[in-house]
Amino acid sequence: MQVRVFVTPRKGILDPQGRAVESSLHSLGFKNVSGVKVGKYILLEVEARTPSEARDEAKKMCEALLANPVIEDFRFEVDGE
Amino acid sequence: MKWGVVRFPGSLDDGDSLYALADVMGQDARILWHKDTTLGGAECVLLPGGFSYGDYLRTGAIARFSPIMKSVAKFAADGGLVIGTCNGFQILCEAHLLPGALTRNRSLSFICEWVWLRVENAKTPFTRAAKQGDLLRLPIKHGEGLYVAPEDELRQMEERGQVILRYVDSEGRETESANPNGSMRAIAGVANERFNVFGLMPHPEHAVEPMLGGTDGLKIFQSIAGSAR
Repeated sequence: MQVRVFVTPRKGILDPQGRAVESSLHSLGFKNVSGVKVGKYILLEVEARTPSEARDEAKKMCEALLANPVIEDFRFEVDGE
Repeated sequence: MKWGVVRFPGSLDDGDSLYALADVMGQDARILWHKDTTLGGAECVLLPGGFSYGDYLRTGAIARFSPIMKSVAKFAADGGLVIGTCNGFQILCEAHLLPGALTRNRSLSFICEWVWLRVENAKTPFTRAAKQGDLLRLPIKHGEGLYVAPEDELRQMEERGQVILRYVDSEGRETESANPNGSMRAIAGVANERFNVFGLMPHPEHAVEPMLGGTDGLKIFQSIAGSAR
């Protein structure tokens, strides 16, 4: 079952990459963009009987390794949900 | 004093650390392999700088799961002395042996330069050879050294004296330009609540002989050597 994990810098944490991308977009003329954040997108194939089982597993994986709660937030999507 | 310098795949400063401890200081220092499960009787464990596991995912995130880290965590829980420099600091944060995290430098650039540091707490096993307020000159070389922790935790750390080193200018003043990577509160080095685990972004092992540009790194290692139980 495919799980798609999104890891983004926590609110309030300085995200120099997001800021650099935002100012580049501004200089290209995209003045209407703000709040740019650069994060990670992680694809997982999880063996599970149900989407909710995959969801539980994915949550554990995020907490144990995929995201660092001091600096990052995470959310994920599970196939079939 | 017996030292164990951990070599992870991708460690860079293990050799220089060994040189500083064994050749320059005459300490009994040896390399510990990341797959080892014992610390060989070490009284202080040093996690060196480098790019363990290629910095994949996050700096230090994978090294934390090396077999030896279980022994290091237990050693630290029993009060053993652990120091992490640069990538070693990042690993200690990821392993939750130190509070906070290290993230991308404010400038997005890799920084390699000498910096000034103020000793904020000289009553620790890692700084006792210095005095509070002393200035140390050490090199840094990192892309991800911006220290971050939740504001309330930072406040508690300051109260308890866990902020050990801060980036300052050559006069000892905290200024925007003296903070090379944008670390919160200009933090360069922190200890845990028990003061037996210490992490810092600067490299004491690169400042142990005049020929290398300075000898202030010895202050850190001499402090530890003088703290042998």
